[in-house]
Amino acid sequence: MRRAFLIAVPYVWLLALFLVPFFIVLKISLSDTELAIPPYTPTLDLSQGWAGIKDFFSQLDFENFVWLTEDDLYWKAYLSSVQIAVISTVLTLLVGYPIAYGMARAPVEWRPTLMMLVILPFWTSFLIRVYAWMGILSNEGYLNQFLLWTGIISTPLTILNTNTAVYIGIVYTYLPFMILPIYSSLERMDESLIEAAEDLGCSRLQAFWLVTIPLSRPGIIAGCFLVMIPVIGEFVIPSLLGGSGTLMIGKVLWEEFFSNRDWPVASAVAVVLLLILVVPIVLFQRNQQKQAEAEK
Amino acid sequence: MNSDVFAPWEDPQAKPLIQFRNVTKRFGDFTAIDDLSLDIFEREFFALLGPSGCGKTTMMRMLAGFEKPTEGRIILGGQDIDPIPPNKRAVNMMFQSYALFPHLSVRDNIAFGLRRDNMPKHDLEDRVEEMLRLTRLERFARRKPHQISGGQRQRVALARSLAKAPKLLLLDEPLGALDKKLRQDTQFELMDIQEKTGTTFVIVTHDQEEAMTVASRVAVMDQGKLMQVATPDKIYESPNSVYVADFIGDVNIIEGRATANGDETYQVDWAEGQAPLTATSATGFSNGQTCHLAIRPEKVTISVDRPADAINAVQGKVHDIAYLGNLSTYHVALPNGTIIKAQTANTRRISRRSFTWEDPVWLSWTATAAVLLVD
Repeated sequence: MRRAFLIAVPYVWLLALFLVPFFIVLKISLSDTELAIPPYTPTLDLSQGWAGIKDFFSQLDFENFVWLTEDDLYWKAYLSSVQIAVISTVLTLLVGYPIAYGMARAPVEWRPTLMMLVILPFWTSFLIRVYAWMGILSNEGYLNQFLLWTGIISTPLTILNTNTAVYIGIVYTYLPFMILPIYSSLERMDESLIEAAEDLGCSRLQAFWLVTIPLSRPGIIAGCFLVMIPVIGEFVIPSLLGGSGTLMIGKVLWEEFFSNRDWPVASAVAVVLLLILVVPIVLFQRNQQKQAEAEK
Repeated sequence: MNSDVFAPWEDPQAKPLIQFRNVTKRFGDFTAIDDLSLDIFEREFFALLGPSGCGKTTMMRMLAGFEKPTEGRIILGGQDIDPIPPNKRAVNMMFQSYALFPHLSVRDNIAFGLRRDNMPKHDLEDRVEEMLRLTRLERFARRKPHQISGGQRQRVALARSLAKAPKLLLLDEPLGALDKKLRQDTQFELMDIQEKTGTTFVIVTHDQEEAMTVASRVAVMDQGKLMQVATPDKIYESPNSVYVADFIGDVNIIEGRATANGDETYQVDWAEGQAPLTATSATGFSNGQTCHLAIRPEKVTISVDRPADAINAVQGKVHDIAYLGNLSTYHVALPNGTIIKAQTANTRRISRRSFTWEDPVWLSWTATAAVLLVD
């Protein structure tokens, strides 16, 4: 009895906070837009009894999903989101791995401090930090002022409102999610493995490539997924740092909801986004499970 | 000396494989190795024995190339190895933690070093097979290290370090993680493999029994210095200091004053009102010099009556008995409070033992049984 209760708690939690909202969104995506409150039809009218329920279901259709395939804005936005997510994940990995490696190699007494420094940015609002980047990257921003002062450039660079600014923003924001899992896999690594590799004829670089990288692979995979999954649906960074040329599905979704007030199409966009994200999430879970098994 | 006995250290013509020449190693203020010189010969099974922190692991890490001597030189096969990085040395090491690569199978672990040498594929496979056979791991070749037992892991580590046929194999506490029974079996296996491959082995251990079992010579170390380097029997039978005598096995130490009494024979006055003890010694003592008489418990005979012909005999009371099954160690308290340990084989049933706690007994030993030590 107690056991059943304990198991039920997380399931009730998931049901209330994940499945129920999802089904509401799914229902809206199958509805038609309407100038009303709420801005869609049909709504379920239980006072009509069984006939009302039948009537409700007969009005649902896949029109909005068909619409997503007809206007090329949507699939281009999905594709561009995935592309931006992949590129920025690779960039984050390239920046994050050396940092994680350096942390794992640092003297033990330094590690908690270094860890703190990585987490420190979370103490300020994410939104404020992205606004701060606008101040840094704009034409009159600190970066341009600095570059002009050093004489490297003579006219200000246009960085803000381009994809470059979006990449900078994403790498900055998601870096801790890449560093922490890689750090934890590197930190657990036995130092004598590197010595053993050198003893058996590896140069430093070979030992890194043949031992360190394979052993930190679970951390690399976890970090990549932790960055890529939220970036695909990212909205704040592209809308604040990106320009009109930055096409990301999160932005499209926002515009459908708030500018266009087309809730049914926006919901359809959200449902498809979820389906796209299910693939990497399942792969991520499998990676975590495999790692857990290997450690047993 | 018989010529077919393996003892190159007795032959002044023999060239040592490894020479430590006045090697000192400091870590900051701490001196790990203190002006140490040592020769190790080819095909030797050499044991570095000492308590933790005595510098034995540092010696090994200097041979492997992970540490550089602060002063002095290390010569391997006639060549100063100081400038050679670890990956270019013809030395392989078996790590205490085994350091097996967890992401590679047993076979790939063993092949790891060979692959770095770009060995032709066919030769490589033959060599790996040979190593698997030598360590009886054929059936586990495809498993990952976490899928095999501790003893098997130990053999993988050994096979991996032997695969490149090094001139010198270093073993850092190789059997430390195994339980006692398995350790004993593995010791003989190690000796077998060492004999078969003809590789020079240097083993680091804090287990004196292990060092005595496997090694052709043992170096007892303390605080970065060599206390004694000799064959296991010499270390045990004629230690050169109280430290070595005490570190290896069980020993009774009786302090006294030596007086010459004939050729290489001394009388030791050790307590008021007690007859002096007689012992032979090759080292000379001046009259009245302080000396330590060291005698192993198994060389002390315990009896109810005073043996008629005993040169050294003292009387005491049985204070404690340690029953080990095959052996018993009697702790006998002498009238002045000194405790002397005597060990006898339990050839009779315990119920027929002729003395027990608090019984008065006689302890006796011959003149040659004990060793006289300066300090």
